[in-house]
Amino acid sequence: MFKLFNSSLVKKYAMAISGLFLILFLFQHFTINLTSVFSEKVFNSISHFMGNNPIVQFILQPILIFGVVFHFVMGMVLDYQNRKSRSVKYYYVKGSSNSSWMSRNMILSGIVVLLFMFLHFYDFWIPEMNYKYVEVNPLDPDRYYFEMTHKFESPIRVSLYSFSFLFLGLHLLHGFNSSFQSVGVNNKYILSIRGLTKLFAIGVPLGFVFIALFHFTNSI
Amino acid sequence: MKTYKMSNVSPDMSFLEMMDVLNSKIISEGKEDPVAFDHDCREGICGMCSMFINGQAHGPDRLVTTCQLHMRKFKDGDTIVVEPFRANAFPVIKDLVVDRSAFDRIQQAGGFISINTSGNTQDANSIPIEKDDADKSFDAATCIGCGACVASCKNASAMLFVSAKVSQYALLPQGKVESKQRVLNMVKQMDDEGFGNCTNTGACEVECPKGISLKNVARMNSEYLSSTLKP
Ligand code: SF4
Ligand code: FES
Repeated sequence: MFKLFNSSLVKKYAMAISGLFLILFLFQHFTINLTSVFSEKVFNSISHFMGNNPIVQFILQPILIFGVVFHFVMGMVLDYQNRKSRSVKYYYVKGSSNSSWMSRNMILSGIVVLLFMFLHFYDFWIPEMNYKYVEVNPLDPDRYYFEMTHKFESPIRVSLYSFSFLFLGLHLLHGFNSSFQSVGVNNKYILSIRGLTKLFAIGVPLGFVFIALFHFTNSI
Repeated sequence: MKTYKMSNVSPDMSFLEMMDVLNSKIISEGKEDPVAFDHDCREGICGMCSMFINGQAHGPDRLVTTCQLHMRKFKDGDTIVVEPFRANAFPVIKDLVVDRSAFDRIQQAGGFISINTSGNTQDANSIPIEKDDADKSFDAATCIGCGACVASCKNASAMLFVSAKVSQYALLPQGKVESKQRVLNMVKQMDDEGFGNCTNTGACEVECPKGISLKNVARMNSEYLSSTLKP
């Protein structure tokens, strides 16, 4: 199994598939968050379901955590190996002449997203785990909306989130269609995939920023 | 790093001719060795000339090798930074000369078609090939093995080269017979040589003097996937 990962192409597939999986998760997360703009009730009931359904909690959540860790660790390994493959660097490289900034800086945008995830876990996931499994509080299906909007009262948090979403967008702008190329899809659909990439990579992070700003402005 | 001052450079000279003028100047001054650089055909077909010029493989022009690059692409008084192609898999031999025999070893690992020489070999012209496939295979076969893709890639990856070689055979009926083993062997050799991993930046496609498309890399990716899953 580990020998398989010696192959540069297997690493490439692994990166692409875990990336596509995280994209799916992101879309799901975005859709749920968006409901909070329209209806407190719907947001609460979906959050309650996600937070207490055993399949979501004990099967999907560990798979998701594995996917995130795997994607980051693999990305770091790839970056390290790639840097090593040219030990004497060029004196002058004009990278902008042949490739996009996003494609050359996936590790940077990835690290910003990783740091954001620590903050996000600290903000939501750890208190949630604490509430449910450490303090073992009674079920309260109506607490989620308030907990979430309360966090977005802080302008510092809203700014940090918005900044991170900018980098998430940059990461997605390269990562989304690149995943398809990696698994061998570069055919007549590639133009539509590129269009979808732009729509997703700009639309979803912008949507997240909008949601954060929406709750922030509501709080003042 | 050394700086040489050049005068009387005609805008119609090729970059290699400018290097010739520089070297004859160095030789006539008799103080140091001339600058070693690779070249052979000087018409863009052998892939021998290398050089990383002003931050780009084969210089600022598109779809040309260094021997096809003209001095008119630069301005009078410019300082031009010239470096060898850099990648661990392409060790520098001297000055601007690099050893690209890693490509030869990749080619030896599978870049061929085994043909029975018993005398009963089928005439290639009698095997029908779809025009579209023939064209794509031909396009892939125009790769001259220059290594600009590796030199330009921030990861020093050789995927574009290997994918061109894999594709040129995989698209033809003659090459399909050994296609599964070929892609596995060539990719393994590529990895053993110490090239980096592809992250789809696309710099190779832009800098390739022969316009080899990234579609070949996607084809190789899917060939490799199916060969790994169904060996
Ligand atoms: S793919 Fe292009 S850049 Fe790479 S070796 Fe072939 S001709 Fe040169
Ligand atoms: S010398 Fe042959 S391609 Fe430049």
